[in-house]
Amino acid sequence: MNLLYFAWIRVKMGVSGEHIDPPKNIKDIKGLIDWIKQRNQISNEAFSDISNIRIAVNQEYVDIDHPVQAGDEIAFFPPVTGG
Amino acid sequence: MIRVQSADFDVGLELKKLTEGNRQIGAVTSFVGLVRDIADKDTISAMVLEHYPGMTEKQLADIEHEANQRWDLNSSLIIHRYGRLEPGDNIVLVACASSHRESAFDACHFLIDWLKTKAPFWKLEETSEGGRWVEAKIKDDIARARWEK
Repeated sequence: MNLLYFAWIRVKMGVSGEHIDPPKNIKDIKGLIDWIKQRNQISNEAFSDISNIRIAVNQEYVDIDHPVQAGDEIAFFPPVTGG
Repeated sequence: MIRVQSADFDVGLELKKLTEGNRQIGAVTSFVGLVRDIADKDTISAMVLEHYPGMTEKQLADIEHEANQRWDLNSSLIIHRYGRLEPGDNIVLVACASSHRESAFDACHFLIDWLKTKAPFWKLEETSEGGRWVEAKIKDDIARARWEK
């Protein structure tokens, strides 16, 4: 799985993305976020308020119960402010 | 047509190209978004626009397609810039061409309202206090909601 971070989430994480190989029992976004958070303090803080985080899987917006699988491109970012 | 670019654009030239050779077109509407020099009473020296390459183009193309399904357009264009921009610089151009004005106005309004809440761009404002991320506004969600069927 490839994770991508944008805007302040990228700044907090200190990287624009990472390749991860989570345990097989991670089935959806919610489980994935819980797994990301427990890895270290930086991740735990960056994902402390998920109401401020939007999620895309393979470049489409999804909700927190969306399934995830190997090979997915999963992006986390704040509410958008273009235009 | 969709373009995501760091380079500036020439509105007059883009509108000319949009209608060139099509004598069916009787109306062209456009929206141009610019960088302001003030936000929440603070002076802004520059704005840095970040985006999600790939998803941006995909989302913009989807919504342009939807606009063309909902309104009778002869042509349409979305150009959105990224990178470091200064006050007065162009950020975005949305333009729609149609036989009559109603479709052109509505489609243009729909596209910019949608774009503001869905296209994956983020603005970082540079102020004398340092950089700060622009927060999404509820009023933009409300503006988009009126176009939902």
